[in-house]
Amino acid sequence: MSISLLLLAILGLAFAGYILGRQRAMSSAGGNAYALHSRPKYYGWHVSILTAAPALLVLVAVLLVQFLAVPASVLRGIPEAEIEAVGSQDLVMTQIQDLAAGIDTAIAEGALTPDQADRIRTEFTNIRDRLAEVGVALGSDVTPAVLQGAQDFRDRMAVWDFWRGIGVLLIALGGFAYAMARTNKDFRSRNVVERAVLVLLVAAASLAILTTVGIVLSMVFETLRFFDSYSAARFFFGAEWAPDFRGNSELGILPLLWGTLYISLIALIVAVPIGLFAAIYLSEYAGPAMRGIAKPLLEILAGIPTIVYGLFALTTFGPLLLGLFGSGGSLGVTWMADGRSVLTAGIVMGIMLIPFVSSLSDDIINAVPQAMRDGSYGLGATQSETVRQVILPAALPGIVGAVLLAASRAIGETMIVVMGAGATAAVFYESPDRYLNPFEIMTTITTRIVSQLTGDSGFNSPETLVAFALGLTLFCLTLLLNVYALYIVRKYQEQYV
Amino acid sequence: MTDAASHTSLTAQSDLVKRRNAAEKRFRAYGLTAIMIGLAMLVFLVVTIVGSGWNAFFQTRITVQVELVQDEIDAAEAGFLKTAAYRGIISANLREQLTALGLGTDVSDDDIEGLISRRAPAALRDFVRDNPDRIGDTVEFDFLAQSFIDGYFKNRVTRDIAERSRNVSVAQLDLIDQMRDAGLASKAFNLDFITGNDASESSPEAAGYGPAILGSLAMMIVVAVLAISIGVAASIFLEEFAPQNRLTDLIEVNISNLAAVPSIVFGILGLAVFINYLGPLSGTDWLKNNSAFVGGLVLSLMTLPTIIIATRASLKAVPQSIRDAALGVGASKMQTVFHHVLPLAAPGILTGSIIGLAQALGESAPLLLVGLVLAQGAAAPETVSDFFGGPNTAMPAQIYQWSTRADPAFYERAWGGIIILLIFLVTMNTLAVILRRRFERRW
Repeated sequence: MSISLLLLAILGLAFAGYILGRQRAMSSAGGNAYALHSRPKYYGWHVSILTAAPALLVLVAVLLVQFLAVPASVLRGIPEAEIEAVGSQDLVMTQIQDLAAGIDTAIAEGALTPDQADRIRTEFTNIRDRLAEVGVALGSDVTPAVLQGAQDFRDRMAVWDFWRGIGVLLIALGGFAYAMARTNKDFRSRNVVERAVLVLLVAAASLAILTTVGIVLSMVFETLRFFDSYSAARFFFGAEWAPDFRGNSELGILPLLWGTLYISLIALIVAVPIGLFAAIYLSEYAGPAMRGIAKPLLEILAGIPTIVYGLFALTTFGPLLLGLFGSGGSLGVTWMADGRSVLTAGIVMGIMLIPFVSSLSDDIINAVPQAMRDGSYGLGATQSETVRQVILPAALPGIVGAVLLAASRAIGETMIVVMGAGATAAVFYESPDRYLNPFEIMTTITTRIVSQLTGDSGFNSPETLVAFALGLTLFCLTLLLNVYALYIVRKYQEQYV
Repeated sequence: MTDAASHTSLTAQSDLVKRRNAAEKRFRAYGLTAIMIGLAMLVFLVVTIVGSGWNAFFQTRITVQVELVQDEIDAAEAGFLKTAAYRGIISANLREQLTALGLGTDVSDDDIEGLISRRAPAALRDFVRDNPDRIGDTVEFDFLAQSFIDGYFKNRVTRDIAERSRNVSVAQLDLIDQMRDAGLASKAFNLDFITGNDASESSPEAAGYGPAILGSLAMMIVVAVLAISIGVAASIFLEEFAPQNRLTDLIEVNISNLAAVPSIVFGILGLAVFINYLGPLSGTDWLKNNSAFVGGLVLSLMTLPTIIIATRASLKAVPQSIRDAALGVGASKMQTVFHHVLPLAAPGILTGSIIGLAQALGESAPLLLVGLVLAQGAAAPETVSDFFGGPNTAMPAQIYQWSTRADPAFYERAWGGIIILLIFLVTMNTLAVILRRRFERRW
């Protein structure tokens, strides 16, 4: 029984359960809804939930087991020689599953009868051509072992499908019968239904944990696979980044880390003074009208998608810098060879971070108690002296936190550096120009993740797997910054509340 | 002391006071300058966006009267290179009309042919196949002009460039000037830019955002269904039911951390978990590389923290007295929440959700990792299953894709895409603001 049919059957049963459960409760109360413990609809929901929920859970569990167990047992029937010839177990299994899916399509199209599909042999029929007739393209010729595997696969799947259908339907019927038997006018159905809803709410909230676990596990496993073929020490301390999809790559993270930090530093040099002064002006000097206009306008900068900044860096800001510093430029210097550079990406990213720094610092400056200002004014200080000598020292931990959060943003930013900073990694062993010059092209961790994972190669080469190691490093780096920044901000906030 | 005191006056400022006041003025000026720089950057960005993208909505078209002769069409259909034959039909007709007007007599056939987009022959062929009864008539077509001719109309291509370029010649530009005066060529609004399919790298004039807009729509549907329902459920639990224990603390910490995880990490998660792990396990197309459904899942996880934070804030804003009143007349805790608190918090939740959706709509990095990039010239999906499960792309991914193509005409179209994207974003954010203004209750 196919999954969609099974789902439909369960839903149908649950719907019938709602109507019948409601009816049964009403008739047990003699048609008087006020004699029931709960309102009638709860009795309906009670039957539906007990019908559908266990059946669906069992279905998911069986599916998980089925899709692991069937390929495993099919593989046991495949001779070792065949696996060696193809390359790996995974590849053989992919061939078998593709062929099995192709045979299914052929049967659905009427090109094969189910009986023929079981008896077909490579010696007599060219299966690849046969399937090509119904529009199924197979990657390679079918060997006898793969065909036998595919037939074995289809047989086993059919058996599993059959018993899965029977089992799940029995469980649904069992739940239905149990719930109906429990239903009478004194049964506290509302409590049961509400508990089920609560379980659903808890599950939704736990998804946050599941996501974190998913992020960490997915990257840790692939990173470990990467470290199987490439030593961790060479990755973390390697001073050269030169991936080569034909093998023999140098995959050291240091040049990428340097590029990331350098661009982030320039972004912060742009964003922090502008953002901080804007926050000081808005919170200490600006009147309500100015504040009401300038603050939302500045915050628009934070709401613009990063692809816009990326395109801005690529097509407008980069060429603008090139026009100033490039050869034949208006300043008469030849510092820049390409529109993409550390400076291009850094400044554009800085623009994006201005509102981030300014609104966080604004909140923090506003949290400094008015009494401290009044005390300072009372001693005869001017407004700027108050800001510099009283407010800023008091707000400093919070501002540091805000800067750290902005740094974490800058380190994780992708599109601006992909489009504005270029693809060549910093090179340490040549002249300092190749890693210190802000007019040079430089690449970052996020850029490399995108380019290593968007190629067409498989997921087994170290050149692809390195992206997961880079991702994990990025995740840890930003997580540390965030946790530390939040810790500072919280600790500071408690002092004045 | 008395000496010093004799120098101070209430009316005249001492040097120290003057210095301090000057410092004060300077400090104020720094602050004002910072704000002005920020606002100037905003203006610069907006001007760049509109200035670079506006022209993408207009396209130069060349009017050609094509005489549909049965024999010519038969010959074209019988040939191996059908579009090349149709191309010949178009340029022969154009040449005839130009000669009748006394134009372009000294221009080569190749140059005449080169005026018109490479996609025009296909358009002519489609017309002939759809309207076989029109064969024998003379039909007026507005064919797209080739992208360099279009660029000349938009001041992107100049005569200097044409002298050095292989793609366009000065003779062509002279001719098109005369054709413009004769009313044969003009720039007009181009709906195909919004609804049409992507085109190959060699014909930017025909490329449109149709599939990308549909792909973004598919993802927004997934995000709206998943992120809002899960986000609201999670917030209700955390705000109304959660006991103060380790599990709750763990969830809280996780949510605030997820809000700050770089978006590209969610792309890695989608690739490793949904595509590489669950995809083969589930056996459906929906969990494959390139499907809008996976894109939607990744964006949902990414927007979940935003929605949870907004929802919790609006649940918190509902006064306790409402809950007490409901509980007092015998409602259960669950009934209190679902019948009274949730409806009162709905406007705030909706506002937060729209802002979350807008964030998801503009996100590109994770989508690149789950492969939401279409092959050049691919068409929009046709069935619902393909809509979510087939090869797909999204607005930001398509914009990025075009920005990597060699022809600068694609830059203009990328900026045009950004205008479309920003129109969606501004609309969504305005809607959120209006909803908040209209339904916000102060207790």
